Amino acid sequence: MTYIAKPKFHHPGLKKNDLGYTHRDYEGKISTLCAGCGHDSITASIIEACYELSIEPHRVAKISGIGCSSKTPDYFLGNSHGFNSVHGRMPSVLTGANLANRDLIYLGVSGDGDSASIGFGQFAHSIRRGVNMTYIVENNGVYGLTKGQFSATADRGSKSKKGVTNTDNAIDLVAIALQLGATFVARSFSGDKNQLVPLIAAAIGHKGASFIDVISPCIAFNNHAGSTKSFDYVREHNDAVNRLDVLVGRDPIAVDYAPGTVQVVEQHDGSKIALRKIDADYDPHDRLGAQTFLAKHAAKGQIVTGLLYVDPDADDLHAHLNTVETPLNTLEADTLCPGSAVLDKINASLR
Amino acid sequence: MSDKKPISSVNDFVVRFANVNGSGSASANEMFARAILRHGVPVSPRNIFPSNIQGLPTWYEVRVTEAGHLGARGGVDMMVAMNPQTWDKDVAGIEPGGYLFYDSTKPMPSTKFRDDITVIGVPLTAITNSTYTDPRQRQLFKNIIYLGALSALLEMDPKLIEQLIGEQYKGKEKLLSSNVHALHLGRDWALQNLKCPIGLRVKKSDKVGDRIFIEGNSAAALGAVYGGATVCAWYPITPSSSVAEAFTAHCKKYRHDPETGKAKYAIIQGEDELASIGIVIGASWNGARAFTATSGPGISLMTEFIGLSYFAEIPAVIMNIQRAGPSTGMPTRTQQCDIIACAYASHGDTKHVLLFPEDPAEAFEFAAAAFDLAERIQTTIFLMLDLDIGMNHRLCRPLKWDDAKQYDRGKVMTAEMLEEGRDFGRYLDVDGDGIPYRTYPGTHPTKGSYFTRGTSRDRYARYSEEGSVYADNMQRLVRKFETAQDLVPRPLQANAERPTKYGVIYFGSTSPAMDEAIGLLEARGHQLDRLRIRAFPFHSSVASFLAEHDFVYVVEQNRDSQLRQLIVNENGIDPVRLVPIVHYDGTPITARYIAKAIGDHQDHLKVTPLRKAVS
Repeated sequence: MTYIAKPKFHHPGLKKNDLGYTHRDYEGKISTLCAGCGHDSITASIIEACYELSIEPHRVAKISGIGCSSKTPDYFLGNSHGFNSVHGRMPSVLTGANLANRDLIYLGVSGDGDSASIGFGQFAHSIRRGVNMTYIVENNGVYGLTKGQFSATADRGSKSKKGVTNTDNAIDLVAIALQLGATFVARSFSGDKNQLVPLIAAAIGHKGASFIDVISPCIAFNNHAGSTKSFDYVREHNDAVNRLDVLVGRDPIAVDYAPGTVQVVEQHDGSKIALRKIDADYDPHDRLGAQTFLAKHAAKGQIVTGLLYVDPDADDLHAHLNTVETPLNTLEADTLCPGSAVLDKINASLR
Repeated sequence: MSDKKPISSVNDFVVRFANVNGSGSASANEMFARAILRHGVPVSPRNIFPSNIQGLPTWYEVRVTEAGHLGARGGVDMMVAMNPQTWDKDVAGIEPGGYLFYDSTKPMPSTKFRDDITVIGVPLTAITNSTYTDPRQRQLFKNIIYLGALSALLEMDPKLIEQLIGEQYKGKEKLLSSNVHALHLGRDWALQNLKCPIGLRVKKSDKVGDRIFIEGNSAAALGAVYGGATVCAWYPITPSSSVAEAFTAHCKKYRHDPETGKAKYAIIQGEDELASIGIVIGASWNGARAFTATSGPGISLMTEFIGLSYFAEIPAVIMNIQRAGPSTGMPTRTQQCDIIACAYASHGDTKHVLLFPEDPAEAFEFAAAAFDLAERIQTTIFLMLDLDIGMNHRLCRPLKWDDAKQYDRGKVMTAEMLEEGRDFGRYLDVDGDGIPYRTYPGTHPTKGSYFTRGTSRDRYARYSEEGSVYADNMQRLVRKFETAQDLVPRPLQANAERPTKYGVIYFGSTSPAMDEAIGLLEARGHQLDRLRIRAFPFHSSVASFLAEHDFVYVVEQNRDSQLRQLIVNENGIDPVRLVPIVHYDGTPITARYIAKAIGDHQDHLKVTPLRKAVS
């Protein structure tokens, strides 16, 4: 259960990051998910990314909906405020939180039921608005907490554990996010931490709506033959277009890249993303190209992963609304209230 | 030949304009109401409009009332019948002895009129068409022309109307002079061709004083500006949309940094009401003052989040501009029909704070206060307006603000307090008032963080399904609600001249009609003490009022006497002693209606001894 506290002691020689925090400072409570759950690997990747970025843990607000995935914010960043909100409604809660204080880092954690079914609308609209956030969907194609019903990302023709064939078309959240104008779009696999950690780190550094769809097999209900979200299936069909390295601060770009294979993207926060191309023809700055590429490969049954699209010059909802730099939650009557003299004038205009 | 003497009345009559929606009549009609105010005579105007943009019938009713009765009166003394679609009904609705004003350009068969009213024909279309050629001008100026004709018939001072036109078109000289010209076209025609004035007249008085003329929705939005709301999320729905629109307009004027031009607010038009309340809850959780405005259907959609706000104890302000339900109901008609839906919104055991402003002035005050209350009590506060207050201009006392006032941000534990070693339990009742401390996200690197959830948890916000832990929390929420009783606006009591066993409870937009009804009832010999409820949870004075009276009428604008149900439920009182007086046809309740309903019941109660009756 989530009230089980983790022991606090740790190895004295544990590595520290630039802020002097160890890995342990980014951990949370002990996971109550099934042993081997893909979600726990994502939790580990989030911890790793935050550690590497030297983020102050308490400056992150982690917000989720309802479901197995939405429980995970309790398992990382124990010194951050978390909000396990309402099923499918993480995006609106996160949007509101972001409006109140633009200075925090917003991590939205959701699942495929939470974001593609009950919360499909909220997913879409938060992306449309360009909320500055990292939106992670832990996508297993199944309702785990209620024992194995199909979700809206389950592929047509895939089989449930009980042998039922899914006859509905699948929603590809990555394709939708691209269409709706997300400025950082990626897909990864919970079993590929090397790919996932830098993607999360890059998404956190991105200003604007970042979306990562992480295929995360459900060990209990969706890891059988006939499933298209099982470990085996995803490994066999994974088509990574690129790999990244996230370079924080003034770190020099590693020299061991073969010339012409690396593309460097500078982000708002000063970090650099070094993109190692795997597919030579793939251009992550071409939104339309990405959409076409995805559609073509999906038709062939391939799961395209990697950084699929990034607009390094993106802005966010606060820019659209032209809000003040000071977080709105710190403003008091002296700056918010027009006062009695103005009210007298208003009164006079209403006679 | 008239069967009835024409009504003769100075500064006390009702004029109703029957128009076609989208014909541009609204501004002329509103100018008519404002012009009477400028004579120092109170008016109470009401829009009666369809859920439609163009083509359907719409009415604008102006009650001219030197006595200051701002409730709807019922009945029409003068009908300005500009809509052929509703002609028959409009003519039939005129009081005997009343007046019918119509466009006489095309002859009407005599069967279309009544013998017991005075018919006043003005060839509006003919006058308009001979002066203007542009179709849009013809449509708009026709309205000003009838305003001019009315000014002559009712003996209004044209200077005052010209002044209003001058204010409205300040800096737009061409529009200004053409409007004044149209006004005099109508006025001169009436003076030359009709017997002016008629029996209804406007005479200068001094009964308006320093009062202002404002719509409740605009006042509530201004209250949100003054109350420090920085986040507003909303979804369009009649009759609440103008709250968010007014908030936007007020913020544009008063909430931009003079140096940078940047906005000290964020307004989001949500994709639905679920997103709107979600944004409000996310923002409030993170320490901003946030609100949404909606109406009944929106409340239904928001209920899951409202339960979260109650249980996870997150402030939220919801302005509910009530309209007739259930379902889509009558979207453009007024009711007070969401009392139960809001008081107990969401599944499980919940209770919510409701505020009942009576007019725009209180809507302003209560809206501002709602943000203090939400942060103090850490829960949802409903501001319960309705269409009658929200979407009509109402004469009310000027809005007031005390510049010394600081916002009450409630119990928030700061980094300094955490550093001092204060014990932080998000759901720990340290003061015995049921209200725990909260921290804002990002407060301290190692202390004060917690995990907010809608699931059960212990005093330190740790997940728990232990029965005793759950019950402990639920009991604290009851204590918190008891604390709220003394924080919300108290009921206002007004006693009859003579001691009486009878009382009446009312709230919100019923107020002006109730005040007027008391006079009518006194004239019939009925004495009643009055209690105007201004908030839920009910203050202890409600229970005292019930105890002091044998019978208490509960006057409200819904079918099921919802406030009465709430009183019976919360005060454990014998329902027989609470007599429901309900009005729910979608029109605003009137003094006449209340006085008749209560008067008849009172007559019925007064049993005449048998011997006396037969002697």
